[in-house]
Amino acid sequence: MPLALRLQGVSFAYGHAPPVLRDVELEVQRGEFVAIAGPNGGGKTTLVRLVVGLEEPTSGRVELLVRKVGYLPQRAQAGIDAPVTVRELVTTGRASRTRLVGPLSGADKDAVREAIERVALMPQADRRLSTLSGGQQQRAFIAKALAGEPELLVLDEPTTGVDVEAQDAIAALLQKLRTELEMTILYVSHEFGAVERFVERIVLVRGGIVFDGPPAALPGVWHDPSHVHA
Amino acid sequence: MLDLEFMRLAFGAGIVVGLLAPAVGFFLVQRRLSLVGDGIGHVAFAGVALGYLLNLPLVLTALVVSVAGGLSIEWIRARRQTAGDQALALIFYTGIAGGVVLVSAAGALNVNLFQFLFGSILTVTRGDLAVIAALGACALTAIALLYRPLVAVVVDEEGARVAGLPVSALNALTVALAAVTIALSMRIVGILLIAALMVLPVIAASRIAWSMRSTMLLGMGIGLGSVLAGITIAYYADLPPGGTTVLVAAAAVLISEFWSVLRS
Repeated sequence: MPLALRLQGVSFAYGHAPPVLRDVELEVQRGEFVAIAGPNGGGKTTLVRLVVGLEEPTSGRVELLVRKVGYLPQRAQAGIDAPVTVRELVTTGRASRTRLVGPLSGADKDAVREAIERVALMPQADRRLSTLSGGQQQRAFIAKALAGEPELLVLDEPTTGVDVEAQDAIAALLQKLRTELEMTILYVSHEFGAVERFVERIVLVRGGIVFDGPPAALPGVWHDPSHVHA
Repeated sequence: MLDLEFMRLAFGAGIVVGLLAPAVGFFLVQRRLSLVGDGIGHVAFAGVALGYLLNLPLVLTALVVSVAGGLSIEWIRARRQTAGDQALALIFYTGIAGGVVLVSAAGALNVNLFQFLFGSILTVTRGDLAVIAALGACALTAIALLYRPLVAVVVDEEGARVAGLPVSALNALTVALAAVTIALSMRIVGILLIAALMVLPVIAASRIAWSMRSTMLLGMGIGLGSVLAGITIAYYADLPPGGTTVLVAAAAVLISEFWSVLRS
């Protein structure tokens, strides 16, 4: 399998503060579904922000070997006061795939519709985002990322604040995306929940990578939430 | 009223500004940069003063200095080493202080600066209207053509950056459009009030709209209605048109807020 991304000797610090990450070595193959886990403040979000190019490493090298990336930030929400419909939100995710100037083509509208259908929100497509449940809103943001037809999908804590049923729905959706679209998925969470049974690899981050392997090989102590949150 | 040429010119200029100001303001309000219009307005004052000093067309100098000031605010904000409000304050006060010093240096403190500070739509000439219509049409066309990527940045700036959109260029375009709008609108509502015409109609629209697109279009409609009503009321009641226009827009916010509360 060709690589989707590679981090070599990556360290990162915010300004003159102590490093958040030290000497990170990470390779992810195309089509892998990888969970990035670890305690709060351990550097998970910083790691994926380095991967998607929103931060520059203090030292080391980040290589992104895919062209199109979809990114769902932590606590994703439309950063605007105006009402926004699901279709409008998802359409903004298509902007990178279309010519910059002018209206959407018929093919682009089809791609937007397909992304909404994939997350099963077609009945709510023309409803305002603020009228949907937390889980539905997260699915709408996943559809926005999908509208750009990414090869790599990066989701930062996508199930924060949503109920268990919605977490299951999101986990099943990601598994489906991975098998049907052969998408590479990086899934950041301080708790795995429903996703644990789908991922084939867990990368545990605590100032650096302290574990990288299949969930079954994860030392028992890390399954204890009190340890993970310590 | 329309038998008078100065009123026809006033309505012509008012229609352009009434549509353009909320169209640009939509992107500022959604990015929570409502006060950027105020900041650029104060920089435009320095541009007017520079025009007096150099004996150049005032709209031209205001346009150039406003665009430079707007791009400076965006540059400082984008570097993230200074908080957005501090960047705004720096440009805001530098603009107004620079304007006072330049006007004084030009020996023009006694000229009628009032018309630039609070508007003087009844003195719009045919030449002014031609410039306002041409530049206004260019700005509205740019917004129509680049609506999708501009909205993508407004909704999720980091997501747009990751997806490969030219975010910095689009942000610079937004503040440049705001600067053009302010330079064009100085004569209509004045430097001190133009930001209100960019922001208030959008706030009113967002209370009653059902989507982003409807927010922008309703905002433009409310902006246009405010200018037309403002000029008409000012004509019959012998009031200052700039201030009257902004008061009408403020009333639109109150009415839409009331409507929104009733509906919910």
